[in-house]
Amino acid sequence: MNKVYPSAAAALEGLLHDGMLIASGGFGLCGIPELLIAAIRDAGTKGLTVASNNAGVDGFGLGVLLETRQVKKMISSYVGENAEFMRQYLSGELELEFNPQGTLAERMRAGGAGIPGFYTATGVGTVIAEGKEHHDFDGKTYILERGIVADLSIVKAWKADPSGNLVFRKTARNFNVPAATCGKTCVVEVEEIVPLGSLDPDAIHLPGIYVHRIITGKHEKRIEQRTVRKRENA
Amino acid sequence: MMAEEVKGWDRHGMAARAAQELRDGTYVNLGIGIPTLVSNYIPKGISVTLQSENGMLGMGPFPYEGEEDPDLINAGKQTITELPQTAYFDSAQSFAMIRGGKIAMAILGAMEVAENGDLANWMIPGKLVKGMGGAMDLVAGVGRVVVVMDHTSKHGESKVLKACTLPLTGKGVVDRIITNLGVLDVGHKGLHIVELAPGVTEEELRAATEATIVG
Repeated sequence: MNKVYPSAAAALEGLLHDGMLIASGGFGLCGIPELLIAAIRDAGTKGLTVASNNAGVDGFGLGVLLETRQVKKMISSYVGENAEFMRQYLSGELELEFNPQGTLAERMRAGGAGIPGFYTATGVGTVIAEGKEHHDFDGKTYILERGIVADLSIVKAWKADPSGNLVFRKTARNFNVPAATCGKTCVVEVEEIVPLGSLDPDAIHLPGIYVHRIITGKHEKRIEQRTVRKRENA
Repeated sequence: MMAEEVKGWDRHGMAARAAQELRDGTYVNLGIGIPTLVSNYIPKGISVTLQSENGMLGMGPFPYEGEEDPDLINAGKQTITELPQTAYFDSAQSFAMIRGGKIAMAILGAMEVAENGDLANWMIPGKLVKGMGGAMDLVAGVGRVVVVMDHTSKHGESKVLKACTLPLTGKGVVDRIITNLGVLDVGHKGLHIVELAPGVTEEELRAATEATIVG
């Protein structure tokens, strides 16, 4: 079975439909599936619900799908960096469901692990808990959160082998692992596809069982907040 | 350090005082803003490992110019560096260690704190809401929550309250409050004064505090 596709558009063929739920990896602009996002923009799929920690910035990341009005709803923990997002949200064009960051990550992990719901203390006593089932365990109160199962996962990794085994790099791993596991289909973009046998089986971050289609291509990898320190004796 | 005589601590003074809360050998999460400055004041002989909730233990300083790596950022999305003990992991694992109580302490900023330990730091109704990020998970999961904040608003209104007016980040979660005026602990029936900032009298601290001070 061949998992390697020639392009993002080819890898998404037959997987996109209006109104679908997409889980996306990335944190800020770090480790985002930029090639697949561009291909979804080009495909013009509409009414999307996107579960992603952030919503990109204007003109990059998920921001490009907001500009084309392809997103109906975001499930995110932090969306502050995007003027077009805020404009659409404040005018009521875009729905937003805030999830605490760890709850969002665990909802994806649970969905991918066949767990329909889990109890967490996160958000108890806040607006997040409103309307959710509460349960006490050992004298402490928890709320029930649901696992997420997405129609499609879009993920960015560093390297893949043709069987879909993935290796991530530094903090670009972030939501890519839980997002990859929670999709009925998972499409991954990588910087490099390496030959079978060249990845250490003990050092695979995500086994290929979760990965259905793979593409590679040139990544921009934009930096959101460049911060540096001065060299002493420069 | 300070050019003029100022009553109490400035943001660097608050960060330095907060750094005194660090315990050797622990894992700690520092929030955005003044809490980030705490890493500049870690006392000699104290070794702490900083967690960044986007998936890293062992956060290093900002990179030298030209060495920025787009794959290496902190939770504030700033470019950073790694250390010899650094480990990377995914977001689910990151919050598993937070929710699981493995992180000894979080030092966070706040908009309001109440005498029962309620914390509000993510949303002002009617204003632009960016989201809670990982703050709700942190305050619910870590061993100890230390809040660093200005004692009063720009208009002189107390931010240390009987009850929070803003939507909460967590209920009864704050252990210690460090402000420009001093240090307060959350007790069973109200706040306890731990320490006064330099030049601040107890009367001044009490006058700036709406919350009940029981000792």
